[in-house]
Amino acid sequence: MNKHVSPKMNRRAFVIGTAAVGAGLAIGLDLPFGGPAVVRAADGSPEVNAWVVVRPDDTVVIRIARSEMGQGSLTGLAQLVAEELECDWSKVTTEYPTPGQSVARKRVWGDFSTGGSRGIRSSQDYVRKGGATARVMLIEAAANEWKVPASECTVAKGVITHKASGKTTTYGKVAEAAAKLTPPADVKLKDPKDWTIAGKGLLRLDTADKTTGTMIYGIDVKLPGMLNAAIKDCPVFGGKLKSYDEAKITGMKGVKKVVKVGDTAVAVVADTWWHAKSALEALPIVWDEGENAKVTSESIAKWLAEGLDDSQPAYVGNKNGDVKAAIAGAAKKVEAVYNYPYQNHATMEPMNATALYTVDKCEVWCGTQNGEAAFAATLEASGLPAEKCDVHKVMPGGGFGRRGQTDYVRQAVMIAKQMPGTPIKLLWSREEDMAHGRYHPITQCKMTGAFDANNNLVALHYRLSGQSILFSLRPEALQNGMDPAAFQGVAQSGEAAFGYSVPNLLVEHAMRNPHVPPGFWRGVNVNHNAIYMECFMDELAQAAGQDPLEFRRKLMRNHPKHLAVLNAVAEKIGWDKPAPLGVYRGIAQVMGYGSYVAGAAEISVTDGNKIKVHRIVASTDPGYVVNPAQVERQIAGSFVYGLSALFYGGCTVKDGKIEQTNFDTYNSMRINEMPKVESVMVPSGGFWGGVGEPTIGVAAPAVLNAYFAATGKRIRSVPLRDQNITFA
Amino acid sequence: MANLTINGKTFTLDVEPDTPLLWAIRENAGLTGTKYGCGIAQCGACTVHMDGVAIRSCGISVSEAEGKKITTIEGLASGDALHKVQKAWIAQDVPQCGYCQSGMIMAVAALLAEKPKPTDADIDEAITNICRCGTFQQVREAIHTIASA
Repeated sequence: MNKHVSPKMNRRAFVIGTAAVGAGLAIGLDLPFGGPAVVRAADGSPEVNAWVVVRPDDTVVIRIARSEMGQGSLTGLAQLVAEELECDWSKVTTEYPTPGQSVARKRVWGDFSTGGSRGIRSSQDYVRKGGATARVMLIEAAANEWKVPASECTVAKGVITHKASGKTTTYGKVAEAAAKLTPPADVKLKDPKDWTIAGKGLLRLDTADKTTGTMIYGIDVKLPGMLNAAIKDCPVFGGKLKSYDEAKITGMKGVKKVVKVGDTAVAVVADTWWHAKSALEALPIVWDEGENAKVTSESIAKWLAEGLDDSQPAYVGNKNGDVKAAIAGAAKKVEAVYNYPYQNHATMEPMNATALYTVDKCEVWCGTQNGEAAFAATLEASGLPAEKCDVHKVMPGGGFGRRGQTDYVRQAVMIAKQMPGTPIKLLWSREEDMAHGRYHPITQCKMTGAFDANNNLVALHYRLSGQSILFSLRPEALQNGMDPAAFQGVAQSGEAAFGYSVPNLLVEHAMRNPHVPPGFWRGVNVNHNAIYMECFMDELAQAAGQDPLEFRRKLMRNHPKHLAVLNAVAEKIGWDKPAPLGVYRGIAQVMGYGSYVAGAAEISVTDGNKIKVHRIVASTDPGYVVNPAQVERQIAGSFVYGLSALFYGGCTVKDGKIEQTNFDTYNSMRINEMPKVESVMVPSGGFWGGVGEPTIGVAAPAVLNAYFAATGKRIRSVPLRDQNITFA
Repeated sequence: MANLTINGKTFTLDVEPDTPLLWAIRENAGLTGTKYGCGIAQCGACTVHMDGVAIRSCGISVSEAEGKKITTIEGLASGDALHKVQKAWIAQDVPQCGYCQSGMIMAVAALLAEKPKPTDADIDEAITNICRCGTFQQVREAIHTIASA
């Protein structure tokens, strides 16, 4: 078994990426202000700065570098800019700068990457400054015109007023003059308690087109003369394309060309995608599957299980005291082994990208979570320099981490390069999408807890064995071989810190990387770490004969923010009162992406294996809430995603390939299975946490702990369908 | 060749009779509001109305759709007046990524045409579309808002 296959490092893309980061230190403020030339938007309207364009009719165009993929960041970021800008929210519209434009302007829009629940939290400071800077300049332009001090002017909803003289004007009228001014060196941002646009549950800016079929997703892109491509990549990861018999499909309707895509894939290009896909299915293909064709889920499980043994090497991620001595001297010991499988992102829209290559230009249209990574992939695959490439972002039909990768972009460009001048839309079938995911990593975890004679937890040993995402996707981020992200949720400190104090603690990771490519799947390592830890916490509470909430509280005295969300959930679900007859509760908490979250579920179980989830309560402290309506949707959506994975998910490996092929074998929750999620937001301020991902960590353990309360049976393996447990 | 009536218009399309209706709608009629999600009638992203009934257009061929009245998301509104489901979806901010919502809206519109005041159980039975973003709560609330209007 080839245990350490890693996708070939995209060295060129990496160099571009880091160079761009270096050049972008003065993000959003390093602007060509003050010179004679005003920077203009495509329609000729002046840029007050890179983030703000004001049209003569007072429409404010706010530039958004991060990607909207359904999570609502586009609206939230616009709210933050508009808040500082003091413009009329009803006149706000947004646009995406392209990565090519950004690189050409020394990366003025900063990082485009939209993952790790960072969309808002890691750009809030500079986008707010962008709005505030523009406001100061617009007011100054009006003051200059009126020959009055700017300090005597006020602004509300884009209308500037000089009270003493009774003069008023609007942003649209002074934008041209404002664009010529030197920006202020420093601006003061509002205290969030004074927010009037941010912090409110305003409606999204991008909804209407999603209700009429007019929103353009990648799959909907149409260009003149465009052809459609369907692709098959070697189903065994690491395998190669050996040969294909083109003659067998020559003459099939609509087929224009059959092309090799790199060493591993073949694509059929046709007039329509349906023709391309039909011909591809008829194409005899021979694969060189290689050594990985011997790998199965069983062989992976065996290899990971070996890593749970203390004799095997492991990286230490969190440690205090002397766990081994404490366990040896303990009055009582509890041990359990859990596991979590591969998961496919299964975005509703399968991967796709449209590329047009000519000898002096390569353009791509696609949904992406990282415009700059897609741009780097375009450069690499086309062989053209940055000034001859660009990427146009369109709405992605879901991301969840999958569209941060650029494999589909690279493929589209490689096909288009073989048909210069013809735009090619590459669309993966659902089956291709299932076969070539960047899967939630596979892990197992052995946990040992030890008690003293008074049932106090004195030691906890958390030993993880399994796959590292960074090893495969960002090896430069490994620390002496260790993947620091593997400890999300059980780390000593930082944005995913462990919420319990245990006198003797050892958290370690025996890294084992099977050949199946891992990726950043919503929640990433918080998922399995929270499931393992929070289910085991319940086991420990049981062993100590204590209530699961009270047992946790005692260990959380030094973690007030973790405890606050747990308490909020306990109060809302009524933990101190009995549940309705036949209904059982489970509770869980975790920290991830800078936010503190907790969840509780009420379930009933019929025949021991049919679960009805009656109620879900969730609490989150993300520091600040920019749009409570969207945060609520992210919390609820995290439960749907997390519980779908718990009940129905799990990708298994046979002959080196993923066995699940479509939603019939990789199902997803429906409306009848999902109760209302009652969210309790307790933003405590002073920090900025993410909201798209952390909650997923508590979804499964809340339900699994409730299942134990109902049945007395511990579930230590995901998905539940493998154990004949399903929704009632 | 196939003659299809979509949104009140007749389309003469150069397609083989066994082409799934979904792809004839998207690629030949050029109406891309109807989405491809699975191709095996599991997810509902491709839901359209055939003679007023919600169907999964990836699972039927153009030959089965000939002579029937097909309505897609683009044909749901009456001229400029949006359908009540579309209006509710906008007012209550139902979509997240929105990719499944064309199908979701068509499924809900068909349900409401049949049962103007559906119960939760009616919704559970009729609405079986997958939404990976997890908009179910907003979908349910919006249906009840429409029903109680």
